[in-house]
Amino acid sequence: MTPTGTTRPTRPTTSAVKTISQGNHDAGANPLRVILRAFLTIWSVPKARIGVALLGVFVLLAVFAPLLAPYGATDNSFDRSEDMSAAHWLGTTAAGQDVLSQIIYGARVSVFVGFVAGLLSTIIAVLIGLSWGYLRGLAGDVINFIVNLFLVIPALPLMIVIAAYLQNGGIGMIVLVVVITGWAWGARVLRSQTQSLRSRDFVTAAVFSGESPARIVFREILPNMTSLIVGSFFGASTAAILAEAGLEFLGLGDSTTVSWGTMLFWAQNSNALLTGQWVLLFAPGLCISLLATSMSLINFGVDGLSNPRLREGATR
Amino acid sequence: MRYLLGKVGLLLLTLWAAVTLNFLLPRLMPGSPADAAIAKLAQNGPVSPSTRAAIEAQLGVPTGSAWDQYLQYLNNVVHFDFGVSYTFFPQSVASLVGTALPWTLVLVGFVTIVAFICGTLLGVLAAWKRGTWLDTLPTVGGTFASAFPYFWTALLLLFFLGYVAGWFPTSGAYGSAATPELTGTFLLDALYHSILPATTILITSLGGWILGMRSTMINTLGDDYVTFAEANGLHPRTVAIRYAARNAILPNLTSFGLALGGVVGGSLLVERVFSYPGVGYLLYTAVVNQDFPLMQALFLIITISVLLANFIVDILYGILDPRTRR
Repeated sequence: MTPTGTTRPTRPTTSAVKTISQGNHDAGANPLRVILRAFLTIWSVPKARIGVALLGVFVLLAVFAPLLAPYGATDNSFDRSEDMSAAHWLGTTAAGQDVLSQIIYGARVSVFVGFVAGLLSTIIAVLIGLSWGYLRGLAGDVINFIVNLFLVIPALPLMIVIAAYLQNGGIGMIVLVVVITGWAWGARVLRSQTQSLRSRDFVTAAVFSGESPARIVFREILPNMTSLIVGSFFGASTAAILAEAGLEFLGLGDSTTVSWGTMLFWAQNSNALLTGQWVLLFAPGLCISLLATSMSLINFGVDGLSNPRLREGATR
Repeated sequence: MRYLLGKVGLLLLTLWAAVTLNFLLPRLMPGSPADAAIAKLAQNGPVSPSTRAAIEAQLGVPTGSAWDQYLQYLNNVVHFDFGVSYTFFPQSVASLVGTALPWTLVLVGFVTIVAFICGTLLGVLAAWKRGTWLDTLPTVGGTFASAFPYFWTALLLLFFLGYVAGWFPTSGAYGSAATPELTGTFLLDALYHSILPATTILITSLGGWILGMRSTMINTLGDDYVTFAEANGLHPRTVAIRYAARNAILPNLTSFGLALGGVVGGSLLVERVFSYPGVGYLLYTAVVNQDFPLMQALFLIITISVLLANFIVDILYGILDPRTRR
């Protein structure tokens, strides 16, 4: 749970003010510079810096897996259930695969699922949260009910049931299931922020200048919520990575994929507990935790973007 | 009273929606339970239409229009009639769920309350001592621990404390020789078996409470009445607990209900690791064996439990914070 839900409304940023006075041509300001500035703000928070570094390591691991891994991920030509040795730093699995190579290749699945599912959930959350916050009347009530329903229904059991019906789908199915169950939290956070921004002067000004509701929501209000949106992206990614691992651990994914979740699935099913190969259990889980932690840590910096009180070193 | 009625109305509406979702899910999905059973049979040779009809009848595949099926389903749910389990034939789904539910309710309920209390206290401390190690340690530790997958914590505890050290039993909720009964020895045995699953859930869920409480507490500490209390020269501890924490705890109570869904989900994985005979392990068994009636009923029961817990928290919130009753 990130503290994003309690951040206070930000003042309209200069870019939004510029949009009103100068029109459209400047709205995106040079995306590279905006990204660089956001990155530096996050980087200035020590906790977030650790998170960025950790995440960077995992992304590099995923991208350069074929270069970094000593062996192929599914190469099972080695002796089975070997202990740690110079040839196999983390030993081999019960099926005779190199554990270290599997860990390195496994990063691909987790990073991919985290990124894609996080992005899709965030897009849905932005679309629903913003229009829901701006709309009044019956439509708003109906969305309110649906979002609350998705919030209270326990996500993992729902995922398990859907995954069981869709039977042995691969990563695509897992992404779909995670997105279905994962968008509601972000939508709610973004909605309350939209509601509080809606009554601001710059929105009133935009209404009086005759802008369409869609334009007001996505061009005037949206830029003021960048930190919340980035925050809900990392929140959704973390949830997605944990959910993916959980589903694969239960054997609900494609168990031939090499991922940290399936590694734990095979470790439990091949009785790594009894044979004493604790690395088989320890390493994949540690990677999942570190990847998820890196995103939570980045969120400390994201919180600071919009709420000076949460910035490190600020006095109370 | 109007507040209460409104909440009850919302609860009923949500319950109806959950039941309807549960009705729609299998119908939105490709294939039917009978198809799955027949697909298994078909591996051994072609399946004749009469066999197919027999299987469909045996599995209780519904007939009639969608609307009739829906009414029939609602009627069944109201009477706790969830049909017969495929895996544990001829036991009824309702009796299976009835045996499993108390284990999970006691385990998750107890641990959640302990985690909430400990987490809130640590969060208050972290916010009050901001910038010191009392803040950094629980915050970073909590962030890291809440990123642990539940099943991983469970596996590690099981391996190191169960298998290697041999301090705790490695599976089940009570010893293989014991039979469930209300005696001191049995309860002690059950308690002993529940230590590892409970610790797992506690470690993983504590962080969320610490972080949530810390963040609302920091916001509260910036409020004028806290500054005023400080300016009046009240003892810092009085300011922290009687002024700030009391108000900061309220928003956290709302997340209590929402977080419960996550804890319940996590406990499913924990039960799988420890073969703890609760709802989660039963759900796992149902999924592995494609026991769709059992799976659906379990999902519904889990959802309803979480909805009811949320309802109770909502009511409690209304009592604690009179402003919400308006």
